Amino acid sequence: MGIPQLLVHDTKDNVGVVVVEGLTAGTEMLCVVTHDNTDFKLVAEQDIPIGHKVALGDLTAGDTVIKYGEDIGKMVGEAKKGHHVHTHNLKTKRW
Amino acid sequence: MSIPITSKQSGGDLMFDATGTTVQAWRRENGRVGVRNHVAILPVDDISNACVEAVANNVKGTLALPHAYGRLQFGEDLDLHFRTLIGTGANPNVAAVVVIGIEPEWTKIIADGIRKTGKPVAEFSIEQNGDFETIRRAGWKAKEFVHWATELQKEECPITDLWVSTKCGESDTTTGLSSCPTVGNMYDKLLPHGLYGCFGETSEITGAEHICEKRAANPEAAAKFMKIFKAYADDVIFAHQTDDLSDSQPTKGNILGGLSTIEEKALGNLEKIGRTSTYIDALGPAEAPEKGNGLYFMDTSSAAAECVTLMGAAGYVIHTFPTGQGNVVGNPIVPVIKISGNPRTLRTMSEHIDVDVTGVLTREMTIDQAGDSLIEMIRRTANGRVTAAEALGHREFVMTKLYRSA
Repeated sequence: MGIPQLLVHDTKDNVGVVVVEGLTAGTEMLCVVTHDNTDFKLVAEQDIPIGHKVALGDLTAGDTVIKYGEDIGKMVGEAKKGHHVHTHNLKTKRW
Repeated sequence: MSIPITSKQSGGDLMFDATGTTVQAWRRENGRVGVRNHVAILPVDDISNACVEAVANNVKGTLALPHAYGRLQFGEDLDLHFRTLIGTGANPNVAAVVVIGIEPEWTKIIADGIRKTGKPVAEFSIEQNGDFETIRRAGWKAKEFVHWATELQKEECPITDLWVSTKCGESDTTTGLSSCPTVGNMYDKLLPHGLYGCFGETSEITGAEHICEKRAANPEAAAKFMKIFKAYADDVIFAHQTDDLSDSQPTKGNILGGLSTIEEKALGNLEKIGRTSTYIDALGPAEAPEKGNGLYFMDTSSAAAECVTLMGAAGYVIHTFPTGQGNVVGNPIVPVIKISGNPRTLRTMSEHIDVDVTGVLTREMTIDQAGDSLIEMIRRTANGRVTAAEALGHREFVMTKLYRSA
């Protein structure tokens, strides 16, 4: 197995984290789930910075975002599979 | 010589064989183990800083600990100020202390508090003496302490006799993936053998407080944690919030690093307490643990310098600090070990990082191996290796202030 571009904490997660610098749109990423070391492929649809999240499936407003197998907030916009998920489309449910 | 370590955990397989892992360190008068041997020159209040710094300038091998407060504080805020100063002087990384204050009464409270450890303490007050005379007299005592402390010999001590605290800073998504679970792995391996651990950051547990509550070892600890958390939420967040905390939590640095919500940040933060560790008590700020070895939660700010200062005052002698985007904090008496898994941070500011766990992201290093590399760095730091923060002169000593002075 090569060096992954995307890591996912838990099998229940619907987002993963870019772990390489300079990821460009169109890259077919090697994605690894750290919990069980399984892997899959996913195409990045945007240039996404290191540390930032990518939707593993199509997400729409109102969807709960799962990371670490836990609720980390709700979508307030859309992110298609392979697109960037961050403060522009994801908000806490706290306030 | 290897010192056998008896497991304090009954039953079950221990993941890490700490048997024989020892460090060369100073065993203090009260039995605690210190990894540095400072002669501290400690001001009681802000206006004594000039005297303190003059003494430290005159007598080499001493350490001035200037800070910003200590006048007209009262109530719980004054208690915390005294507890922080006494705890800092009492820390096993400090061999002896010269206390200087403007007037004798509060100066004596601090000196007597430190004296309970059995270490040499001398106190001086400035009123009726002036700076010149105080500097002269304190200087003679400081010099005597330096000669005495520099002849103290190190002894072989089990690594698990150390008290090791943790707090992360400039977190990003890589801290939750690599550097925070590295600390957690270290705790899972060493706590069962006698280590004292400590985590805090009340504000940055927001969003995962229900998970933190479940990590208590007993219902009393869980209730104490939730009481502290609710007090923070009511007194700080709801009392002062304008619309929400989105402009400060996550911080701008966190957001640049890819963290989007406070829940996401909190879940990464909690990776620092590992998979199996549970906390046995919830402490107030700078409060020393009193329930034996194990992991403690402490009510602290999430500001790095304040938090490390409070944990040092509680008696912790080494601090492990995961960072993503690159927090550069240090402390004058406690070596701060920086751990990062962010390859960009290692590329752009590697002078600040002691333990490189970027291999966790490339899957060339397991969390188990990363935890071992941190334990190895704790061992080397205890034995005398200067941390990046120490080499770069980071000596952030910051008092936590609860409310304004009278």
